[in-house]
Amino acid sequence: MSAAKWRRAMNTGLTGARVRPLMQASAQSAARAAPAAAADPHVNSDAPRWLKFLWRTLSARHVFVLAFVLLLPFVASPFFTYQVAAQSLIFGIIALSLSFLAGYGGMVSLAQMSVAGMAGYAVAALGASGTASSLGWHWGLVVPLALLIAVVFSTLIGWLSVRTDGIYTIMITLAIGVAFYYLVLQNYTVFNGFQGFQKVYPPTVWGINWRSPMPFYFLCLFWALAGYFAIQWLVRTPFGIALQGTRDNARRMNSLGFNVTATRVLAYAVSGLLAGVGGVLLVWYNGLISPGSVGTGWLINVLVIAVLGGMKHPIGAFLGAIVFILLQTFAIDLIDRERFNLVIGGVFLAIVLFSPDGLLGLWAKLRMHFGPSQVLTSTPRRQP
Amino acid sequence: MKLSKRIWIRSMLCAAAAAAVSGTAFAQGAPLKIGLLATLEGPFAAGGADGMRGAELALSQRGGVVAGRKIELIKASSNAQPDVAVNATRKLVEQDKVEIMVGPLSGGEGIAVKDYSKTQPQVTFINGGSGAQATTLVNTSPNFFRFNTEGAQWMVGLGKAAMDKGFKRTMIIAEDYAFPYSQVQGFMAEYCRLGGKVPVKAWVPLGAKDYSSVIARIPKDVDSLLVILGGADAVNFLTQYENAGGDLPMMGGSITVSQDVLNYKGKRRDSLVGTISAGPVADNFDGADWKAFVADYRKAYPVSAGGFPSPSLFAFVYYTNMKAALDGLAAVNGDLSGGQAKYREALSKMVLKTPTGDVRLDSNRQAIGTTFVTEVVKDAQGNLSTKVSRKVDNVDQTLGIKKEDFQMGTRDVPACP
Repeated sequence: MSAAKWRRAMNTGLTGARVRPLMQASAQSAARAAPAAAADPHVNSDAPRWLKFLWRTLSARHVFVLAFVLLLPFVASPFFTYQVAAQSLIFGIIALSLSFLAGYGGMVSLAQMSVAGMAGYAVAALGASGTASSLGWHWGLVVPLALLIAVVFSTLIGWLSVRTDGIYTIMITLAIGVAFYYLVLQNYTVFNGFQGFQKVYPPTVWGINWRSPMPFYFLCLFWALAGYFAIQWLVRTPFGIALQGTRDNARRMNSLGFNVTATRVLAYAVSGLLAGVGGVLLVWYNGLISPGSVGTGWLINVLVIAVLGGMKHPIGAFLGAIVFILLQTFAIDLIDRERFNLVIGGVFLAIVLFSPDGLLGLWAKLRMHFGPSQVLTSTPRRQP
Repeated sequence: MKLSKRIWIRSMLCAAAAAAVSGTAFAQGAPLKIGLLATLEGPFAAGGADGMRGAELALSQRGGVVAGRKIELIKASSNAQPDVAVNATRKLVEQDKVEIMVGPLSGGEGIAVKDYSKTQPQVTFINGGSGAQATTLVNTSPNFFRFNTEGAQWMVGLGKAAMDKGFKRTMIIAEDYAFPYSQVQGFMAEYCRLGGKVPVKAWVPLGAKDYSSVIARIPKDVDSLLVILGGADAVNFLTQYENAGGDLPMMGGSITVSQDVLNYKGKRRDSLVGTISAGPVADNFDGADWKAFVADYRKAYPVSAGGFPSPSLFAFVYYTNMKAALDGLAAVNGDLSGGQAKYREALSKMVLKTPTGDVRLDSNRQAIGTTFVTEVVKDAQGNLSTKVSRKVDNVDQTLGIKKEDFQMGTRDVPACP
């Protein structure tokens, strides 16, 4: 696929025409919110390269949310910061990798938690841990290597599964996920079997102990924002448009000269990088990794999070993660201790029942009733 | 820029710490909170629920009040996974602000919670039911106490009983994690010393459904099986082994032959009769304290209300640990000041009266206690229960082996093929 082909798809295709007015609209709203955005030094220092992009896309509610997440750890307790907020961000990143694949690529992969787990296991096995078989390499080497392994693993999964569709993709990725679970459970030379790895902690860099709640929260926040904006940016690049094209009508994209398989495998690689980042943060968060972290329950939980939030926009993954983690942590306080899973299941059922698009769909409905009309940024799926 | 950021983060951490300190001061005078963690989900759900009953029983025997202070139990659940257990514990400690923590139930969880306890020196952690050796043997935590004996201690005496029955060669089928490693060691340390042989050890994943490959591996020349599987796993194995036509005599691990397995309602359960095993409890032990404990349990949790006919191992160990927590509180008159120093001192020195005899702690805050060798019998009503064939007192964590020579049990240690 040459760059010229991408561009032609952008300029002549239906999808390209639809995106541009949207971008102009957001540019206008960004102009209004720009002074507030510039006043926040955190954004500028963290992502100077993307400054132009930020100015174009930021609006008032972005600034509001950003201020909220930046101020949260200063008002919330360390427990809330660490266990609820940081954990939500981590699972948000992992669910984002799935909602990118499913929402923009039309491929529901249940193996995202396995990819994250692979990165986590790589950090534990190559870096320092309480287990003798860990190699104890420097984190500066271990983390990029772990991400690379996750990307390769995800690419392999994609390469195996992109020729299938719908329910078959789910089945094949579920099979890979379960196989990975049994591999880590029964392999002792690399994965240390049932016990996995204990004492896998983030390194101390710049004199900051990244394991204490506030620094760890900001670490997660940084990567969550990076992942969120990266996906926001990516879906508007020629690659992102082509991916949405293959989701809507793969045959037409093929006849236009696009390599559908390559586009999809590339999408898997991108999602593997995201899931890998989530996996590294997750192993640091728990301080340990064991086969239970990549068991069937968690494979499905990631899908639950993504569906709960809504797959039409990257923010859905984080919304879903917040609701999921809040329920997991506090449902036991609401009801008889032996029955708290009923609350969790009930809430999921209610959300999916009343809003097939998850929390985002609920939000869009509310906007339709009470606010000016609103278009979700992802182009809706069209029947061929 | 880097420097200012560092100072900024540090000052915020200080502010957070100050807020936390003022928060604890505010909590004075309120009921004393004790966290209770057991597995209400996953493979040990039945055992976890019974563990909760045991802990509640210890509290209700004191009327819910110790040294004039009302005790509030805050419960949490896990699913036998270490990360879930640590998350649940963290919520109890950091969000609900419990001052004493009792739990968790299974081996891997125990090690993870022990590691977490080092980061929370202001809270005293008392084990629930977990029986992995490493918890109190390597890398010990000064605020983690265990008043129940652990997996290896529970199997002392079984090796001799097996030799007495004439079992010279035994195949071991056990779940593949820390607790069964300890159990296997407790058995083999004695069995191998007496001349027994263990040609094959089959390690199966926790929660496995299909045991056909394990059954196919049973060598022709063994004369007994040692099955160390818990809950649903044990039931699955027993059913499949019977269906495959197996007829070798069996020995059980401490949680294989517990009330939650004996109460399995399938028709194959009669095959369990005659099975020898060892553990910290025996249903038909005739000590007066034990009988009183069983009577209390039956009164509080009759079978009609979901209780077992006789308290399970998990009810017993949770009862023991919760009783230790409360007895310690009573001994210091509810005084938890000075980073709970007095309380911990009292716990370390305490001689705990348990239904099966006195328990002391060693220098690693690990219990030295009693083990029973038992045999499964069927009573007149058709209930299965265990009968004591031998009682071994003062079993310590190194099984009587010198500390320098003692090696922790793993998949390959010990070995006598």
